[in-house]
Amino acid sequence: MSAILPPSERMWWNQPIDKLEFIWIAIALVWSLVMFAMMIWWHIYGNQNLANETYKTTKEMYAAKAQAVVDQYTVRTGDDTEKQFPIVKPPAGSDIYLIGRLWDWWPIYELEQGKTYKLHLSTMDYMHGFSLQPQNINIQVHPNYDHVIKITPNQAGTYSIVCNEYCGIGHHTMVGRMYVKKGGE
Amino acid sequence: MADQEERIPVMQQVLDNPFLLLFLGITIPTVIYLMWGVMEIANIPVAH
Amino acid sequence: MATTYRICPRSGLQFNSDAEKLMRWHAVAGVLSLLVGGIMALGVILTRWPAVKLLEADTFYMVLTAHGLNMLIFWIIFFEMAVLLFASSTLLRCRLAMPRLAWFSFWLMAIGAVMTNIAVFQGESSVMFTSYVPMMAKPHFYLGIILFAVGALLTCFIFLGTLVVAKSEKTYEGSVPLVTFGALTACIIAIFTIASGAIILIPTLLWSLGYIREIDSLMYRTVWWALGHSSQQVNVSAHVAIWYAIAAIVFGAKPMSEKVSRTAYFLYILFLQLASAHHILSDPGLGSEWKVVNTSYFMYFAVFASMIHGMTVPGAIEQAQRLKGYNKGLFEWLRKAPWGNPAFSSMFLSLVGFGFLGGISGVMMGAEQLNMLIHNTIYVPGHFHATVVIGTTLAFMGLTYFLVPVLFKRELLFPGYAKIFPYLFGLSMYMVALVMMGAGTLGVARRHWDMSFAGAPMAYEWPGAAYLMMGLTGIFGTIACVSGGLWILQIVFSLLFGKKLEEGEKLSMPIPLTLPAPTPGGAAHPPATPGTMVLALIFLTAFILYYFVNWKYLSSLWGMA
Repeated sequence: MSAILPPSERMWWNQPIDKLEFIWIAIALVWSLVMFAMMIWWHIYGNQNLANETYKTTKEMYAAKAQAVVDQYTVRTGDDTEKQFPIVKPPAGSDIYLIGRLWDWWPIYELEQGKTYKLHLSTMDYMHGFSLQPQNINIQVHPNYDHVIKITPNQAGTYSIVCNEYCGIGHHTMVGRMYVKKGGE
Repeated sequence: MADQEERIPVMQQVLDNPFLLLFLGITIPTVIYLMWGVMEIANIPVAH
Repeated sequence: MATTYRICPRSGLQFNSDAEKLMRWHAVAGVLSLLVGGIMALGVILTRWPAVKLLEADTFYMVLTAHGLNMLIFWIIFFEMAVLLFASSTLLRCRLAMPRLAWFSFWLMAIGAVMTNIAVFQGESSVMFTSYVPMMAKPHFYLGIILFAVGALLTCFIFLGTLVVAKSEKTYEGSVPLVTFGALTACIIAIFTIASGAIILIPTLLWSLGYIREIDSLMYRTVWWALGHSSQQVNVSAHVAIWYAIAAIVFGAKPMSEKVSRTAYFLYILFLQLASAHHILSDPGLGSEWKVVNTSYFMYFAVFASMIHGMTVPGAIEQAQRLKGYNKGLFEWLRKAPWGNPAFSSMFLSLVGFGFLGGISGVMMGAEQLNMLIHNTIYVPGHFHATVVIGTTLAFMGLTYFLVPVLFKRELLFPGYAKIFPYLFGLSMYMVALVMMGAGTLGVARRHWDMSFAGAPMAYEWPGAAYLMMGLTGIFGTIACVSGGLWILQIVFSLLFGKKLEEGEKLSMPIPLTLPAPTPGGAAHPPATPGTMVLALIFLTAFILYYFVNWKYLSSLWGMA
């Protein structure tokens, strides 16, 4: 019953290690280092890295910036299933501001496939969870922080933005939308 | 007894010292996780 | 109140009367929390089962908050405090340091747990286990957690004090037992955990009372997770210690190498707490350097340590079994293991489930970039039900079967149920964890009342497979809740109505441990463990495949920089 008794050898540090045990330790160490290297390697060669670019902001300032983009690039107003939100089609490369608030993602952006945009994320009240479906990209969104992520949609389609951070009783109704169109459409 | 103690390997002495372990186990995450993390947050630039 | 000692005639363990009584109270308080948490679990699971959808949204979020707190904090930590008392005063055969303070801290914990539960069931503190700001709960919600944490912190110091007592009164020779060392690891991590909790929850309490205007949400999340995640690392250390203990109790297994096992624990002490960063990987503001260093426990040193424990525990069992003559082929030692002994079967299912389901999934989603595939989806609860329920809770439940006669001095009622319980509960939890992870891979959100988004004009339609998995979560979750409920009944009935067993010899002074003399020659060459090595390699293969499959999946997503 030795694991619940003091070690029977006083100098247990000097006891030899079993050969198979030692081999497993070596394997486990190598695998651990491979996994560590993998994250760094992906920063250099991978195309999906979450940006670190973040600014402290205020709700008012962020909302004003979002409003300015919406005012400039709204192409139409959505129908009832789109909550009559503005549908905004900014040129490639622009800054686009998405607002999370109880219980909407506002507005609806229409992007072009293969083009890069600077997506800004922030909220007006609680934290929300940006969960882009069916891509399954998930990002935490905070109030008073402006998180800037360069995104390059690689597939045309209609995407939903599900809120996946609990934000109160209407949490399950908080679903937004994003369109990605092929160039020239 | 005294010279037996002396021959105890250093690593065994470290592992036999709960308060040294406590010190290490509190300091390392406090520095690497908490302090570094809080400094990162405090240094986030302000938007204009 | 003179302290006495008794030697348990069934286990040979020596119990100090103060510590013994405290252990019993902690264990009972833990099981009561488990009961509340378990009833809440049923509410959660029957609401997330799309075909049933039992509760209304507001009740659901209240029940989910209560489930998280009672399971992840109250049940686990009450039981862990009992483990600390056991690993110090019982295994070291000494008196408990400061028994009055130990009672004080027990009552702090109990009052705190009750207070927070009251706050939750009053209905205005449905802020989830994590209580993220700026969503505000009632002040007594935070106060209860703080009191509970302070109580637990004091018990951690009593554990350390008891180590000092044992050393100065020379109740053992040499180093502490490996299981005590594992408990020390848990204790150290718990102290860091609780201190972090105090750093963030005390200001949050003041904010809830109106003395502080604002708490920064990013700061809150970062510091809170040093409590929220590290407290689960306390579990890991504690249940690994219990694996070693059960291997020792059931098989008389000796650790393959004290040096290796203790060094693995040492790596836990140094690095395990850094994994709190797993929760912040998809947050803004913290740099990739911070994320990579912390999420990887420096350089995956704690994963490395877990892989070592994952091999040395079954390895020690294999050695003990082979010494008994179960030497045929690779796996006779395992086939001839006492599969009907609930302490062993719980421990083995806990080990395998923790490694294959909890471990692999945890490391995968703890990779900085891969976390984006998983963050806040129901994959996360899938993962931690594999670690905390299969890993920790099942190990604790298995140990409880051992404790009923030894600590509570009662004969276990319904021993037939004890034989099947680990399989019934354990395997249904395997399925729960798997199907939740499956649904999470498809994107289904955690902490979400309605996956059909009733009332949302822009509702998203999940694939049919997601509905299937959530339905299966409901079915297997119900089986797990019912079998777990029967376990609680079995334990409570045994404690109340089981036949009283003899106390054993009463002593006024502890008898110090005398070690069996080291076996000359023979002990230096224990049998090799090829069976365990094969199991470990199967594990590694599954690990590598699953890990890279997810990178492949990640590479198909939108470009992000």
